[in-house]
Amino acid sequence: MAVSKKIRELQEKRNQILLGGGQQAIEKQKAMGKRTARERILGLLDKDSFLEYDLFVEHDARDFDMDKKSLPSDGVIIGSGTIHGDPVAVYAQDFTVAGGSLGMMHSRKITKIMDYALKMRMPLIGINDSGGARIQEGVNSLAGYGEIFFRNTISSGVIPQISVILGPCAGGAVYSPALTDFVFVVENISKMFITGPEVIKTVLGEEISMEDLGGARVHSEVTGNAHFFAMSEEECFAQIKRLLTFIPWNNSTGAKIIESCEPDASYDPEKIVPDDPTLPYDVRDVIRSVVDKSDFFEVMEMYARNMVIGFARIGGVTAGFVANQPMEMAGVLDVDSSDKAARFIRFCDAFNIPIITFMDLPGYLPGVDQEHAGVIRHGAKILYSYCEATVPKITVILRKAYGGGYIAMGSRHLRADFVFAWPAAEIAVMGPEGAANIIFRKEIMSSDDPEEMRKQKVAEYKAKFANPYVAASRGYVDAVIEPAETRRFLLHAIKSTANKAVKMISKKHGNPPF
Amino acid sequence: MKDKDTGKLNINSTQYTTRLSNKFINRKPWSPADPGRIISYIPGTILDILVSEGQVVEKGKDLIILEAMKMQNFMKSTLGGAIKSIRVKKGDKVGKGTVLLEIEPD
Repeated sequence: MAVSKKIRELQEKRNQILLGGGQQAIEKQKAMGKRTARERILGLLDKDSFLEYDLFVEHDARDFDMDKKSLPSDGVIIGSGTIHGDPVAVYAQDFTVAGGSLGMMHSRKITKIMDYALKMRMPLIGINDSGGARIQEGVNSLAGYGEIFFRNTISSGVIPQISVILGPCAGGAVYSPALTDFVFVVENISKMFITGPEVIKTVLGEEISMEDLGGARVHSEVTGNAHFFAMSEEECFAQIKRLLTFIPWNNSTGAKIIESCEPDASYDPEKIVPDDPTLPYDVRDVIRSVVDKSDFFEVMEMYARNMVIGFARIGGVTAGFVANQPMEMAGVLDVDSSDKAARFIRFCDAFNIPIITFMDLPGYLPGVDQEHAGVIRHGAKILYSYCEATVPKITVILRKAYGGGYIAMGSRHLRADFVFAWPAAEIAVMGPEGAANIIFRKEIMSSDDPEEMRKQKVAEYKAKFANPYVAASRGYVDAVIEPAETRRFLLHAIKSTANKAVKMISKKHGNPPF
Repeated sequence: MKDKDTGKLNINSTQYTTRLSNKFINRKPWSPADPGRIISYIPGTILDILVSEGQVVEKGKDLIILEAMKMQNFMKSTLGGAIKSIRVKKGDKVGKGTVLLEIEPD
């Protein structure tokens, strides 16, 4: 009887704490279209798989009458469970408890689950919903953030780290998500900024809503801080689960290999790409024409759309795709697209995911704004990431491959393992018009009919250099292939690079142009 | 692609048919810096104005105190000349890149 009393006591204690900030606070949370922290975890993980740790943790603050206040679980829930049957570690800030504010014990719970995830080599998913530092706890809150950032950094490239922004995430708190691999945001719910609308109004007199300053759409389209945008928490969780079908659980394994599946026959690569190199098309359809089930999972869909990145399987093996998008800004390289592709390449390299590049670009975007925004150092990131990557690198030149852009987009010279080119490929130092204007300048200028002469010289250059055969004659292209043969060649390349072993020079680390 | 979505982009003398990004469409045209225009390099509040219109100043003279992030920044004259116009008054909140005053060079 004594035992059952103790059990009852435990049950009562638990039930009390599981109410979080209480019924009223929960209703307020729901009114904002948000689920509670525990509902979120249960919605994300496999059914009945979640085990919560540190339910009984309480804060330790003494100042400002904090010793009289009880904050259940100190406003954050941690634990582990499974997704697709494999273990993941998770934490979720509980906005119903003191606004999910981060105090010392709150941060210790988060770092405890981070340490656990790293030691057990499993993905970490952090659900952020917090008003920020708990002011009453002073510098202990700041120390807490710092401890989290440190763990984000040492875990980077070892376990996948996923940040889900389901509420405010402001001030220093934003830097944890920024250090992780993938940031998920939801329309009307996610808010991220360093200084909020209040401060901006005081300092500048500018009025801006939280949504316009740092809402889900802004971070997906403008800043590039977010990788996945959803209209609801439910859709967001579905995206997280889908991402986890493509990526490995840590850096010492590969992504799961599943049964190979043919692409949807309605995607005909020959019909997607127009011969005229100035005409647009959707490069994602070319990807769909070669990958299993035509199933392409795009990353950062709304940001720097002239560059497409994402995951798909080919022959059952996950590959990371990097492709110029001719229908957006002609597929040029610029500051944002370089940034976007470079970090994705580094993720793939860190987690043993082969990189398949589809090249079709006219070069770099000209402009004072680009030069002054640092297109040199940002553009260098893409070179660095391709050069540094030791995973299998397979490049298909679909059409244009001009100048510096040709070198940057996973060319042979950056150690692509395979380079294939379609027959319409133009691998040259620049497009025929630009090249003819320079090379035949004198002839054109001194001609009786400069316009006619120009046309003639452009045609001459086109015939001689705007093709894949000059590059193929030097071995920079391994094979010139028909578009319809692309999947066969990619399957071959993925299979034959499966045991690729490259030893880089031993060093502490390189110094990429951040 | 819908017609209204398509634009033209010229790269190395070739016109490409493509959608243009908002960022590209809304980019600010570049103009050379004018040393006669004193511009706020940080958002803040005008704490004090130390000169008056018509006054002749030397290069390096303190013109305006701009308080930003709890620091007092002394905006100095980048050239010698007469103060042509003062565009702000004490207590104004100014954004980054606002013209604070203009100097007619000697």
